[in-house]
Amino acid sequence: MVDRTSLRDKAAIVGIGETDFSRDSGRSEVQLAVEAIKSALDDAGLKPEDVDGMVHIDMDNTNEVDVINCLGIKNLNSFCTVGYGGGGACGSVLHAAMMVATRLCNYVVGWRSLNDRSGRRFGQSQIAATVEGWLSYYAPYGLLTPGQWVAMSARRHMIEYGTTREHFASVALSCRQNANRNPRAVFYERSLSLEDYMSARMIAEPLCLYDYCLETDGACAWVMTSADRALDLKQRPAYILAAAQGTGSPTWVMTQYNRPTLTTGYESVQTANLLWEMAGVGPQDVDVTQIYDHFTPWVIVALEDFGFCKKGEGGPFASEGNIELGGKLPINTSGGLLSEGYIHGWNLINEGVRQIRGTSTAQVEGAELSLVTSGNGLPTSAILLRR
Amino acid sequence: MTTQQTTPAPVRPLPLLDRDNKEWWQACKRHELFLQRCADCKTLRHPPRPMCSNCQSLNSEWIKSGGTGSVYSYVIIRQPAHPFFADKVPYGVVLVELKEGPRVIGSMADGSLDIEVGMPVKVDFEDVSEDIALLVFRRAE
Repeated sequence: MVDRTSLRDKAAIVGIGETDFSRDSGRSEVQLAVEAIKSALDDAGLKPEDVDGMVHIDMDNTNEVDVINCLGIKNLNSFCTVGYGGGGACGSVLHAAMMVATRLCNYVVGWRSLNDRSGRRFGQSQIAATVEGWLSYYAPYGLLTPGQWVAMSARRHMIEYGTTREHFASVALSCRQNANRNPRAVFYERSLSLEDYMSARMIAEPLCLYDYCLETDGACAWVMTSADRALDLKQRPAYILAAAQGTGSPTWVMTQYNRPTLTTGYESVQTANLLWEMAGVGPQDVDVTQIYDHFTPWVIVALEDFGFCKKGEGGPFASEGNIELGGKLPINTSGGLLSEGYIHGWNLINEGVRQIRGTSTAQVEGAELSLVTSGNGLPTSAILLRR
Repeated sequence: MTTQQTTPAPVRPLPLLDRDNKEWWQACKRHELFLQRCADCKTLRHPPRPMCSNCQSLNSEWIKSGGTGSVYSYVIIRQPAHPFFADKVPYGVVLVELKEGPRVIGSMADGSLDIEVGMPVKVDFEDVSEDIALLVFRRAE
């Protein structure tokens, strides 16, 4: 019989690390990865020989072999690759939590490393001359990047619920304001006004430049252990109260064009249901959240899908001050993927941990429950951290 | 001796025909819009797949679509993200809900940007290679 609470409170993130976030790291993705992992291990007070599990996502160009050989890790009892790119960041936390909860591993490292600005850029089509699978129905028409795919769904939210560009802007502005508080953020010193947003060039209408997340060079990593070991280490643990993955059905990769509607992320709804069930709390209990902000419209949809507001009301919810620091539900307190850096959702996990530790540059006072979501519009995941 | 180098013109990304999709694209090549349907429970599906998610039958059939529907959503691409489309911006891509139910992606005929959600449309075809014709839609009267 399934017990959806079985992972609750079994694991904790005890170390986080990251490199600088830039447009050109000047280093290889392997180097970025091992810098971030070493930094996470140092943060936890652990050594490479302590590591016996690893998790990363499918779209990473680095792997266990690279990392083991650089860091001098001795052996892994368990290692896995979680699918669906940005949808898999919190899924990696889930898999690592399972490794430590089963006692197969003591200390599990997760990492993401990419030269997404100086190297292969997700925002530019990497599509070859012939295209296979689901993409073959879209790419020949020139619908071939995530932003273009998302724009198709975003317009439906505007049609069905009256969501406006000003609503999208409120997401971009909140993230930028938090980036302006964070010296590590790519846009630390660049502010963004509503006028800037409304006059920005359109990329894939209805999306403009500021609806798109950054492309960044950098790496992030965390170390996880079981809840009972966590207190022995240097930092305040961020306990995994809940972790979940979800797909919904039918499921797609950012092109859900034959679902009943394009304005709900069925994968997010399923993930959220499992998350709240595992946690034994609800959205009303969350103090702060890092919501995957690849594109501003999907933040609005995620706020609805996770139950922070009713379906269709995400736009007004976002634009009425709720998501700013000081509001009911501050989001993306280090600047998010829109303005801190795009480490495929992994910088959101690090910030979610900081909120539990009390060390964020935009700290929500007394934050006890910190939600982090991963990429929606494709098979996805989320975690709820607690003090 | 100097050699003259010419940069080849960028190529439109084209679908790779496989066992699951070839009937769709062969119909398009004949300038016909055919939709895949489960031969057992008669559920329509798009894109084509080997199995019906409703009854798990592996038996499929193809029915000819009337080719009419309405624009469910659309995107106007203003910044190209692939070399072939560099000189085509701005261009529209439409998601059309066919009368039969499934939604399909297509272009607008003649590069038209005169697009509204709900607009009635009718399908036509554009030959882009020896094997491939793409869907183009124009406003229906």
